[in-house]
Parts: sequence; C-alpha cells; structure tokens
Amino acid sequence: MRAWHFSETAYPYLPPEDSYESIRVTLPNRNYDPKVGAALYDRYLDEWCIAEDEGLDIMLNEHHQTATCVDPAAPLMLAALARVTKKSRLLILGNPVANRRQPVRIAEEMAMIDILSKGRLEVGFVRGVPYEVSPANSNPVRMNERMYEAIDLIARAWTSHDGPVSWEGRFFHHRNINIWPRPWQQPHPPIWISTTSPGGARQVGQRGWVQATFLTGYEGTRAIYDAYRKGWREAGLAGDAPMNRLAYAALVYCGETEAKARAGAEKLLWYITANKVPAQFQYPPGYMPPAAMAAVMRGTALDQHAAHRGNATVDKAIDAGIMIAGTPDQCYRQIKKLYDYVGGFGHLLNMGQAGFLEHDDAVHGIRMFAREVYPRLKADFPDMAASGNYDGKMVA
Amino acid sequence: MGGTAGGAERKTIAIAGVEMEYFERGEGKPLLYLHGGGGLGPDAAFLDPLARGRRVISPSHPGFGASALPDWIDSVEDLAHIYLEFMDRLGLAKIDMIGCSLGGWIANEIATKTPERVRRLALVAPAGVKTGPPDKLDIPDMFTLPPDKLQSLLFHDAETFAPRPAAMSDEALRTMARNRETLALLVWEPYLHNPKLPHRLHRLNMPALFIRGASDGLISGAYIERYAKLIPGARIVTIPGAGHMPQIEQPAALAKTILDFLDA
Repeated sequence: MRAWHFSETAYPYLPPEDSYESIRVTLPNRNYDPKVGAALYDRYLDEWCIAEDEGLDIMLNEHHQTATCVDPAAPLMLAALARVTKKSRLLILGNPVANRRQPVRIAEEMAMIDILSKGRLEVGFVRGVPYEVSPANSNPVRMNERMYEAIDLIARAWTSHDGPVSWEGRFFHHRNINIWPRPWQQPHPPIWISTTSPGGARQVGQRGWVQATFLTGYEGTRAIYDAYRKGWREAGLAGDAPMNRLAYAALVYCGETEAKARAGAEKLLWYITANKVPAQFQYPPGYMPPAAMAAVMRGTALDQHAAHRGNATVDKAIDAGIMIAGTPDQCYRQIKKLYDYVGGFGHLLNMGQAGFLEHDDAVHGIRMFAREVYPRLKADFPDMAASGNYDGKMVA
Repeated sequence: MGGTAGGAERKTIAIAGVEMEYFERGEGKPLLYLHGGGGLGPDAAFLDPLARGRRVISPSHPGFGASALPDWIDSVEDLAHIYLEFMDRLGLAKIDMIGCSLGGWIANEIATKTPERVRRLALVAPAGVKTGPPDKLDIPDMFTLPPDKLQSLLFHDAETFAPRPAAMSDEALRTMARNRETLALLVWEPYLHNPKLPHRLHRLNMPALFIRGASDGLISGAYIERYAKLIPGARIVTIPGAGHMPQIEQPAALAKTILDFLDA
C-alpha cells in the first residue's frame, strides 16, 4: 500500500458562519488576507515536503472560488512541488476536465510537470464538483461525456510523437496537436479518476485507470470497488483488478497518545463541518439524473455532505469509515477493518491537514502515521494482490 | 399516437429522428405555441380560448415533457431548425406564432430564418438577446438564485402559483427536473441569448407584439424596450398582476391581449 499526504490548503480564518450564505461560490474574497494566504501557502508546501521526508507520497487537488481549498490552479502548486521535492510521487486529483475548455493545455501542463519532476507525476481527472459549474461557467449538462472525450484527447496529445495530429470530436476541436514537452513517463503518466458513484466506477474499471473515492465509507466504497471490478472484467483486462488500481481518501490523524490523536482528529472535522453550501449551488440542473434530482426537490435525498455532517464527531466518523484516527495501533486496526470490508485498496489518501489543524500538530500526525503505521501497511497489504477478497470470499 | 389533455389531442411525430409530442386543439388558421423553460405545464386555461376558431398546435420541445433529446441537440438554433421541419411536415405554410420566454427566443430564431411563413408574432417575456452592458447579466441567473428568491422573481403571487414539489407526483417532478436540465443545456452560455440574433431580427417584417407581466423579475421592462427596438414596428403591452408567466397567472387577460392582436 502507498500512502499520500493531502491537504486542501484551506483558508479557515473566516467570519462567523452565520454571517455568510456559503463558504463556496459567493463568499467575498475581501475575507482573504493576501499576507495570511501567502504564509499558508508556505506552510502547506513545507508540510508536503515533510511528508516526503517521512516517505509519503504527495497529493493535491483543485477547487475554485472557495475558502475550503485555495488552490484554483493545482498545476501551479504542483510545479512548485516538482522543484522542491526529489523522490515523492506527485498526484494531482484532479484536473476538473469537464470544466476546462482546452484539454490540450492540460496535456501540456501535465507534461511539463512530468518533466520537471523527472517522471514522478500521477495525473488525476475529475468531472468537477457541482458548486463549481458557476465559477467555471461550465454547462452542468453532459459533463461526463465532456470529461471522457477530454481525457481521450489528452491521452492522444501525450502519445503522439510524429508531428501534428488533429481532433474533431463532439465537444473539442483541435487542428494542430503537437505538444512540447512530451511526458517523461511512457506512454504517459498513470491516470486516476475520482468518483463517488458505482456507475462512474464501472466506466473507470473498463479503462483500467486508478479509481479513487473520497469519504464513501464502508458500504459506498465497497459498491464502488465492486463496480470497478465489474467494469475491469467486462473489458477483458488481465486477471483481477489489483489493489494498486484502487484508492481511498479519508481524514487521517495518528497521535502518539489517544488524547493527542483525538485533539487532532477533532480539528480535521472542520473539512466536514465548515462546508456550508446552499442547495442552489449543490444541485445545478443536469448534474445528476432527473430521478435523483426529483428526490432532492422533494427533500427525500440526503447529499453526501449532509450525510457527513451527521457524522461530524470523531467516533461517528470513524464508525462511518470516513476517518482514521487514534494511536498507531488504533489507526492500523481501523484501516485493516475498512480494507477487509471493501475488498482492499492499494492507496490511502490521507487528508492529514484541514481547517485549524496547525503546523506542529499536522506534522506530528504525518510523522506518527509515517513512522508507526505506514511500515505495517506496506508489509501487510501488497500492491499487486488481487482486490475484491472480502469476508473470506472472492466476489464473482 | 393519440390521447387528450384537457381539450387537446396528443400526437407524436418524429422530426430529424427526434420523437416529439405535440397537442392540438381547435380548427382554423394555424397557431404555433412555443412553451417556456418550464415546459408546457398547465397552459390549458390560456390555450383553450385561443382555440376557438383556430388550430392551436403546442409541441413539447426536444428534451421537454415527453419529447426525446438526442445528443446532437444543444442550442436554441437547433430547436428552430426542428420546428422548420415540423412546420413542413404538418403542412403549415403560414402561421401565427406565440412564444413564451425560451419559446419567444425560439420563435424569433424561426422567424428570422423564414419571415415569409410567419403572419403575426406574439412574444411573451422573450429571452434571446443581450441588450445591456457586459459587466451585468441582463437576466438574473435563474440557475444560482435561492429557490425562494427565484419564485419571487418568477411570480406576481408566488404563494398561489409557485409549484409545490411536496405535492407533486414523482413523474411530474422528474419531468420538471428534466425540463430544467434541458433548459440549462440550451441557455447556459451565452446565458439566455444568441449574440447573432440582434443582427438578424431586422428581417422580421410581420406585426410583432411584446407582452410582459408587470411583476416579471427576470425579464425587465428596460430589456423588453431594447429588445422591441430590434424588430421593426414592434409594440409592447404590459399585463398587470402577472410575473414572468402571465399564461399561468393571468391566462384570460393574456389570451384576450393576444386575440386582439391576432384579429387586428
């Protein structure tokens, strides 16, 4: 198993929550102090470097017009990391491809980072979250179709080396694709996709890309991984989907003592509790199928964030499988329990910093995990083992 | 396929491979009614009076109601082309046309392409053009307004007329969600307008009437005034006691206004 340190690079120093409508989309940026923000960037970059020193890999993501993640251009942050790190794999998860107008530009950005990092890049793609269709001015209808066409086009740009090629698809049109540089890794950097639905995972499995899922807990994660394996088999890919095709993101805090772990974990919950977003930004038309939207309109559907807010205590979050927290031994056992239940995974994406978890505490959590938990995970959960073996039986 | 809804007969037709439903009521000179972004909905109270002495044809646009939506359709111009063929197939050589909101935009796209086939044109709170400065939306963003705020802009009397999802059937809610999805697909960007349309509207040589509910919070009076100036000789009438959908809040008054115009 590989473990990745992840922070959303939040700007948590906000006015009282009841004084604003939404932490995303509409919160005025007069609340952002550039000097404070600059210090935060330095700090978050330092924490990624410490994670590297401790043997972890590095993950970052991208969001727009929000205080929850002040990294609206993840390739820029990644370019900086490519220069200040030396050995970690660098995962961007991901490029919101359905919200970007120029897939070829994404191919160029990723190729640059792959060269800068001398082949340490892992390229994630995401459809884009619902609240960001307005910031991106991106049509919320047919986003999946745009995402898959964009990825195909990016792969074509990465793998064409004999002069210009062209693309005339449903959504994108390019007369001259001949990117410089081309990627370091051949044929191209590994591709990851994040999804929180089984329907999406099946498509990812058919393509054999790495499937990441965020905070989907015991049941949701198992359903997603099963769908991935189903897609894998449908596409006739060799053998069973190995562990290293599957990734799980959780809030992770390991402390030397139970009290210290608990205090850090409490602070990580900010990621869940601070996500105040009104319905009109959560449910843009077309983002989900009409039947699901009808349930939302009737008020009978509970979105993932609302469900998580119901789990906004450390104990409930651990029980739900969205948080790993405790002493090293407790963390190991929680991970193993989840691993066994969902049929295994090869990557643990540690949201090891969020909200008001300050530098010293974030570093403590990174070090405790890396030194006391990670060696056991690497020893006990091999990357190339077949996934899907849960409750003692292989999934058909 | 047949069937009735209110006093109307439901029919279906395949246009360019798109299975569409439409409703017919009355006999006489043909009148094509193009619904707004909410779908056909409860428009019978408005359409029935128009059908006395006229053949009123009201289709569900592709992606609305029970009409299909193929993956190649993504613009209001696409719909205009669908309706040009629809008119051919129904043998509608010359029509009167009413369009509400999105439907008004479609009507203008049709009329600019074939002005000779449109006898009279009634536009109820039409979208379709950009008239104001670039640093302000001409029409408030219906896709990001809080639901209560949106209803207050849409209706003069939201308490009476705004839809109540809790009281609707699953099927009606699914249709409402699908209508909204198709609307977003068609009008997301540029938001509710075609930058080319103002440069084509001068071709409209038929009598044209703009109608606006006095309490319409989406389509402002200033917008309609600037829009009407693009169509030679167009007039404007305001309906009191109505918001963006006078066909729902003031069906009788709207029907009378339009009949007076069509019969003039």
